[in-house]
Amino acid sequence: MTDLQHVRIKQMMPPGHIRTPAYLRGKTGWIERKLGPFGNPEQQAYGLKGDPLVLYRVRFTMAEIWGDTAERPEDTLDAEIFEHWLEPANAP
Amino acid sequence: MADFDGKRWHDMGGAEAGPVVPAEHDFALWEKRVDALMVLCSTKGLFTVDGLRRAIEDMGPDVFENTIYYDRWIAAVNQNLIEAGTYTLGELGAKMDEIAKRGDTYGEAAHD
Repeated sequence: MTDLQHVRIKQMMPPGHIRTPAYLRGKTGWIERKLGPFGNPEQQAYGLKGDPLVLYRVRFTMAEIWGDTAERPEDTLDAEIFEHWLEPANAP
Repeated sequence: MADFDGKRWHDMGGAEAGPVVPAEHDFALWEKRVDALMVLCSTKGLFTVDGLRRAIEDMGPDVFENTIYYDRWIAAVNQNLIEAGTYTLGELGAKMDEIAKRGDTYGEAAHD
């Protein structure tokens, strides 16, 4: 993951406590910065010790997220996403 | 925007929201106490903010219409403290009964 710059949020939908917003799943963005490891909230939500996972700040354009309905397509949105939700943007 | 199967009720980003109605709101004493309890218990490591959010998400969509913010938070705090083994429901029930007998006001309830 360390040299990955252009990423896609995995379009998976497991039930349970997940911090990755649904509106970003399947969308591509750029790594803005690496924020370091934090405990996995998907485990911590259930009283478990969270495995340390790298959290990234990912930058998306409004055009990428909202398509033709974006009011200002060139504006950007930053979201903090854990590594296990990211894949290379050119992955099949 | 794609509508994914399996999206849960609380995941509202991008949904139609209607107008935002600005309103002043002061906090009631019990609401401040819920906040203090939440900070105290998470500092002691009894739960995480993820655990609280999970409990609220699992309450389902109706809870968003039928309760206020701090109703949901105290229910989530209770759920997490039971799961952490901090107290049992029997102990909680006995304590609630004891305090209810002190009186109806904060002033009365504050004294043992």
